Amino acid sequence: MFRRVWYLFVKELIQALRDKRMRITLIIPPLFQLIVFGYAANLDVKHVRTAVRDLDQSVDSRDLIGRFGSSDYFDIVSFPQRPEEVKDLIDREQVLLSIEIPSDFSKKLKKGDTATVQIVVDGTDSNAALIALGYASQILSTYSTNVLVKRLNQAGAVDFEEAGVAIESRVWFNPNLESRLFYVPAVIALVAFLIPIILTAQAVVREREIGTLEQIMVTPIRSWELVVGKTAPFAMLGVLDMIGIALVGVFWFGIPLNGNPLVLFLGAVLFLISSVSVGLFISTISSTQQQAQVATFFFTLPAVNLSGFAFPIESMPDWVQVLTYANPLRYFLVVIRGVFLKGIGLDILWPQMAALALLGGIMILLSSLRFRKRLK
Amino acid sequence: MKLSRTWAISKKEFFHIYRDPRSLALIILMPALLMLLFGYAITIDVRNVSIAVLDRDRTQESLTFIQRFSASPYFSLHTFVQDEKQITRLIDEGKVKMGLVLPWDFSKVIKAGKTASVQILVDGTDSNTANILLGYVQAVARQYTQEKTFLKVGRMGTQHLILPVDGRTRVWFNEELESKNYFIPGLITVIMSIIGVLLTGQVIVREWEKGTMELLISTPVRKVELMIGKLFPYFIVGLLDMSLTVWMAKQIFEVPLRGSIPLLFLVSSVYILTALGLGMVISTVARTQLLANQMSMIIGFLPTFLLSGFTFSISNMPPWLQAITTVIAPRYHVTIVKMIFLKGLGFSYLWRETLILAAMAVAGLWVATLKFKKELR
Repeated sequence: MFRRVWYLFVKELIQALRDKRMRITLIIPPLFQLIVFGYAANLDVKHVRTAVRDLDQSVDSRDLIGRFGSSDYFDIVSFPQRPEEVKDLIDREQVLLSIEIPSDFSKKLKKGDTATVQIVVDGTDSNAALIALGYASQILSTYSTNVLVKRLNQAGAVDFEEAGVAIESRVWFNPNLESRLFYVPAVIALVAFLIPIILTAQAVVREREIGTLEQIMVTPIRSWELVVGKTAPFAMLGVLDMIGIALVGVFWFGIPLNGNPLVLFLGAVLFLISSVSVGLFISTISSTQQQAQVATFFFTLPAVNLSGFAFPIESMPDWVQVLTYANPLRYFLVVIRGVFLKGIGLDILWPQMAALALLGGIMILLSSLRFRKRLK
Repeated sequence: MKLSRTWAISKKEFFHIYRDPRSLALIILMPALLMLLFGYAITIDVRNVSIAVLDRDRTQESLTFIQRFSASPYFSLHTFVQDEKQITRLIDEGKVKMGLVLPWDFSKVIKAGKTASVQILVDGTDSNTANILLGYVQAVARQYTQEKTFLKVGRMGTQHLILPVDGRTRVWFNEELESKNYFIPGLITVIMSIIGVLLTGQVIVREWEKGTMELLISTPVRKVELMIGKLFPYFIVGLLDMSLTVWMAKQIFEVPLRGSIPLLFLVSSVYILTALGLGMVISTVARTQLLANQMSMIIGFLPTFLLSGFTFSISNMPPWLQAITTVIAPRYHVTIVKMIFLKGLGFSYLWRETLILAAMAVAGLWVATLKFKKELR
């Protein structure tokens, strides 16, 4: 009995690895994703290109501009003369932010009035704009406070101190807030998701397409043995691919592996049951390899984007959030990021593991039933 | 080149599309579905972030400070906890993203006119969300400090003092700073790329695989006529899908369309040709429909999605990767669509991108025509 499964297992492995297209599928897309998410997916905002229009040209205005220029967040790249130039610079995406200091800036400061500073930001990239605005207001308000304290001290209040709160922030798991640490573990999950689906769907449909499925039917193999023999090799290839990507992630991109790899392995095994079931299911609804390809594409595209791999689930509308509960990738991402970055174990991750086991069980049951029916 | 022969090929191709229900579905349903799916799913706005609060002071003063967080749309109060361990646990479990710790002497320090130190514990796993959260927290703290300081100054009765510097910020083009306004115009490019490459990727290779190419070869039709005739119907399909996605962006997702619509379509039709040209190249190079399909998906989708500046801005990438993006056609169209939608810019700002796209379209069609051999293989 196990012999029959074993033979099928070996046959599938040989068949998959001898196919050049399959070998490419195993290596190129995962590597591409790794490179993009390791290097390109970067939402950090630093060195914001900034234009300054200083109409005052005083010691005070230069002091304020210096504070922007010397910070890590702003690079002052242009000093436009006319307001139209500012608009043009922003239109052409030469600068993201522009600061305008009015001509009465230092006069008002000296008189004890409120001097205004005008800040314009290009909101097109809302995320970058939001973060840049935060930095700018931070610098302005520090400057303002310094002036206030100076005024009070001049007015005779010795050692005036601000009242209020100071924020002491501690960032856990990713102290330098690097996007890479968020995305690279997700690529490992993506690979464990996509590879088994693609390979399983293709392998079954190819056999149907070239007519060898009938030959297998006349052998004494039972249908559940066929299911196991047809899916296990691809789950295994998925695991191997995953380990390869994980090693690159840890040693090349420096992603910390804080937790227990065995927990990760357990999660991966549970998760792969879902992946191969999806592949098996796709094979039952397609009669040609090409159809299987298109079906795979249109199944995995929403599944990947509704998993929280790049776009936080909490920000999605409620009805979309409900859909994500049926997505195994969602849970596996929590497991993989939890183990890598947070270093947490089963005591915390058990609900995700349970969800993965449950979804995997339901999906393998449904797709093997459908697969058996389709065989008859 | 004869128009009648070209038109004959086009007519035949139109029938292919029209009489195949699956390709019809691909043309109409797929763009609509992709638009809905991505339009709703792709957002990185930070809202309703769950926070846990450890209030060691438990006074009116500390409560009002906490309310500044819970009342804002950015935070939602998950629980009050008793010790720091619980915050650790909640963050580990992913139930909250941030913990706020107020010291036991909070109100005392505030009343004394001094600075109380408030601790923030942030889950940095999602670096972008964490970064924005830290910005919000700083803003709340700043506002609070300013008010308290002015109260204190007022009590001191030294003299009438006002805020020395006031920053007036204005956000252009995307006043509410919603990420949908940034993503959805780029999404139009992504969808056009998928459709364009996927559809034309099939046209030549299909004739070979079905054996009908032999028939076509025996007709007097020339290579250029065949290429253009095959392209034309998909160009119309592309324009149709363009209209559909632009309409959805405007009506369903309410993205402001400030620029000229004719310009948008004019420039985009150049891009449609670029995408179709790429598909044609794939179609002449690939030997089977299967391979053509796979190539279309890998070439048409992954780079468009990840390297075109649609989600991740190109200026943030390392220089060697930025250099690679210059050969990715969708990159230029993403820029064009965003500029026309949000900034309402005219052609004088966009001619460079348009020119590059036109050059790429010509190159693609040229290569496809060159690669295509009108003989049996």
